[in-house]
Order: sequence, then C-alpha cells, then structure tokens
Amino acid sequence: MDSPSGLLTLPGRTFLHFLVYLGQLTALMRELMIAVRSGVWRLKLVAQQIVAIGYGSQAVVIVTGAFTGAVFTFQSYAKFKDFGFETTVGAVVSVALCRELGPVLAGLMVAGRVGAAMAADIGTMKVTEQVDALRVMGVHPVDYLVLPRFLAMMVSMPFLVAESISFGLFASYLVTSFGYDMPSAWYMTHMLDHTNMEDLSIGMIKGFVFGMLITLISCHQGLAAENGAVGVGLGTTRAVVISSLVLLIVNFFLSILLNYVFPIGTV
Amino acid sequence: MADPTSSTLTSPASPKGETQAFIQLKDVCKRFGSQEVLRGINLTLQHGETLCIIGPSGEGKTVMIKHIIGLIKPDSGEIYVDGMHVNRLKEREMAPIRKKVSMLFQGAALFDNLTVEQNVAFPLLEHGIRDRSEINRRVREALQAVDLDEHRHKYPTSLSGGMRKRTGIARAIIDHSECILYDEPNSGLDPIGSDVIDQMILRMQRRFNVTSIIVTHDMRSVFKIANRVAMLYRGEIRFLGTPAELRDTSDSVVQDFVNGRSDITG
Repeated sequence: MDSPSGLLTLPGRTFLHFLVYLGQLTALMRELMIAVRSGVWRLKLVAQQIVAIGYGSQAVVIVTGAFTGAVFTFQSYAKFKDFGFETTVGAVVSVALCRELGPVLAGLMVAGRVGAAMAADIGTMKVTEQVDALRVMGVHPVDYLVLPRFLAMMVSMPFLVAESISFGLFASYLVTSFGYDMPSAWYMTHMLDHTNMEDLSIGMIKGFVFGMLITLISCHQGLAAENGAVGVGLGTTRAVVISSLVLLIVNFFLSILLNYVFPIGTV
Repeated sequence: MADPTSSTLTSPASPKGETQAFIQLKDVCKRFGSQEVLRGINLTLQHGETLCIIGPSGEGKTVMIKHIIGLIKPDSGEIYVDGMHVNRLKEREMAPIRKKVSMLFQGAALFDNLTVEQNVAFPLLEHGIRDRSEINRRVREALQAVDLDEHRHKYPTSLSGGMRKRTGIARAIIDHSECILYDEPNSGLDPIGSDVIDQMILRMQRRFNVTSIIVTHDMRSVFKIANRVAMLYRGEIRFLGTPAELRDTSDSVVQDFVNGRSDITG
C-alpha cells in the first residue's frame, strides 16, 4: 500500500476480495445443501453438537436476555412515567424482545461462543491435516464437519431465542412488580394484549437465519484456515467479527422485510 | 455423479500385451504463487511396486503424492489411478480412488477426539460396515499388526510420535487398500521404531501385494524397502531407478544427497 497506485486500486481489490468471499460462502452453502439432500445426517454427531451449541449456550443466553430485559425496563419505566405511559412498559419491552433484542442478543452471544468454537475446531483439524485425512477416507468435510453443526444450530437456535425472550420478560416483570410497585395485572394485561404470534414468529425466523449465517461463516473460516496456530487464531477472530457484523446488518434488512409480512402495531 | 469408468475418465488404452500401469503421472505441473513446485513430472508405477521418493526438503515430494490421491489438483498434466483420471474428478466423485489408495500423513493426522480404536475403525464405519463383531475383529488385527493393541483405549494426545505413526498405518491398512502413500513415515523416530515401520511396509507388500509410495529422507530405509527410487530435484525427477542403480549413479547431485554431502565449504 506504499505506492499511490496501490492506494488507487485498494477499493477495487477490496471489492474483488468481497466478491471472492461471497462466492466461497455460496459454494459452501451449495455443498451443504448437497449434504442435506444426501440424507446421511450422522445423528450421533448432530446430538453431540446440540449438547455443545444448545445446552452449552444456555447460561450465556439466559443471563444476557434477563439482564437486558431488566435494564431496558428500568430505563424506559422512568421516561414512560413522565408521559403517564408507565403501564405500557410491558408491551414495549415484550415486542422489542420478541422482534429484536431476543434474537439479536442470542445471535451475538452464540456467534461469540459457538462461532469461535466452530472456527477453532475445524481450523485446528485443517492445519493438522485431519480434514485431508477425512477426504482421503472418502468422507467429504462438509458432510462430516459442517452438516452436523448446521443441523444442531437449526434445532438449538429457536430454543435459545425463546429462552432469551422468556427470561428477558420475566426479569422485566420482576423489575416493574418489585422495583416500581406496578400492579402485575397491568403489566401482564398490556404485555399479552400487545404481543402476538407474529412477534414471536419474527423472533424465531431471525433465530433460524442468524444460526445459518453463524454456521456458514464460522465453518468457512475453519475450513479456510492455514499457517498453523496463527491461522487458526486469525480464522477464529474473523469468524466472530464477521458473524457479529453480518448478523447486525442482516437484522436491519430482515426487520424491514418481516415488517411487511407481519406489520407492527396492527393490534 | 460421473461414472468413473466412462471413457472420458479413463487412461488411454495400453498397447497390446502391455500391462496397464496402476499409477501414472503425465507432465504434471504445479505452481504455488511464483514458486514452481512440479515441472513436468512423468512417472509410472505397477501393482505391488514399492517406490521411494527422495530429495531435498521443500522440493515438492509431499505435493506430488497428494496429487495422486486428489488432495491437490495439478495446473496441467494428467494423473491416472487404476485407469481413472484423477484430476477430472470432482471431490464427491473421488470415492472409488480413495477406496483403492490410502495415505499416512507426516503427523499421522489422527482425530484428537477419538481413541486409537475409534480412529482405526473410522474408515470401516464410514464405508458402511455396521457389523460390530467384524469391526472389532478387523480393528484388533490392524492394531496387532502395528503392535498397539494394548493402547487401543488411549487418545492420540497421550501417544508418542512413533505410536501415532503406527496408529496412522493401522488406519491406512484396515480397509485393505491396494496402494498406500506414506509421507515421511520414519521422521522423528528412533532407529528401532524406524525399522518397525520399514518391516511393516515390507510385510504389507509381501502379504497383500500392496503398492507403496514412500516419501522419505532415510536412506537406510530406501535401500531396505524400495524396488525403485525417484529423486525429485528442482521440480523434476532427477533420478529414477533401482536402489542398486542409485548406489552406482555418477550424477554428483544424486550422490551428494545419498551420501549426505553438502556443497557448503569452509
């Protein structure tokens, strides 16, 4: 990047790298779909991954959801009270948790915890030739390494999102009921009146999409790892950073799209 | 999936009476960035032959054997294994070749999360064998052949370098492959451990007529086990012949390598 011509070509090269990266992700997605269609799902590996991804992420997702719900309620209650709207806190927190905070925070936590583990595990196997050993034995790496993680993520993500939302709402309820002496019936009534299946569906759909993106991005970083431990470290960092950023960007566009399908405020 | 026996994927017909080569490399070239690793490699190997590939480090010996099993695609040239055109096959079409050819990696490439026994049984399970008693019998036979039966419940991290290599060999031989590629099987082993590996390669050749290609720097092993020797030097095959011819060659580059002579003076 020292020469002026290097600086001039930088945007072009960056765009080309981006296109190549998109192409590689698409190729991985194609191989994954071939693996899904093959019907050889290695259910034992899927079960192991469900334990690692779903069961292992419970604590982090529950704590994140609960404390976000609590602090969101704590902050919004005071402002809402200025306008005399404090009884609507339950409805606002509930819709926000179902549509945005629940899936996004669960996704970010899973990207950090599970995405990093996926990239590190597969990356280590790649640089120690274990991925090549699989290929030599006639086993496609996507079938053995990516598909079980993908299926486990598809099973686990909706539960993790649901947990994040549930514990967020529960914490919110505790804050309003015990922190502000608001009658619990008000909170519950407004929350139930203004939260519907469409809000929950949005959360679940986002959970699926985020799970798919985290798996694809992280497994791709693992399979692309080279140059020993340094390469694995780099791949792991990239997996978390790219997954998190992509998740936030995709969430914005997904929200717009899903708001067309399930419009907000129609109750 | 393409039919691996179709005419486009098979080697050209051999002249009448000539045995078809088991492995054939024709003008294989490979470049990584600006580095030209293989420059027009031609090599033919018959069933049951044991070929040792020697040459200075970084000359592309491992790259060459990885081409044979389709782990690396050449930039140009053709590779045939038992008549199948390796470099025209896609990854998911490689199964017939990888059933015939297996490989021992330099670091053994054992799966860290599986025990020795599970590592060795892996190819059988993946190739659809479900009879538990047959799997146990074959795993035991393979582990006894490499003298590791008593370590079958250990994980790779608790094995020595030699034990890892022997586990890798057990995994490579369990599926009765017709050809085994060995990437530096003796590196990092003591002389006795190295001899155990050599004896095992010889036994595989004599008992099952297994074709072997061994990348090695150990000249003692070369003279003990090879039917033929190829020396790779600056991306080309500098020497190809029997161990006796290797000993008698007048090529100073080959002689220097065989006798471990450096041209650095002073």
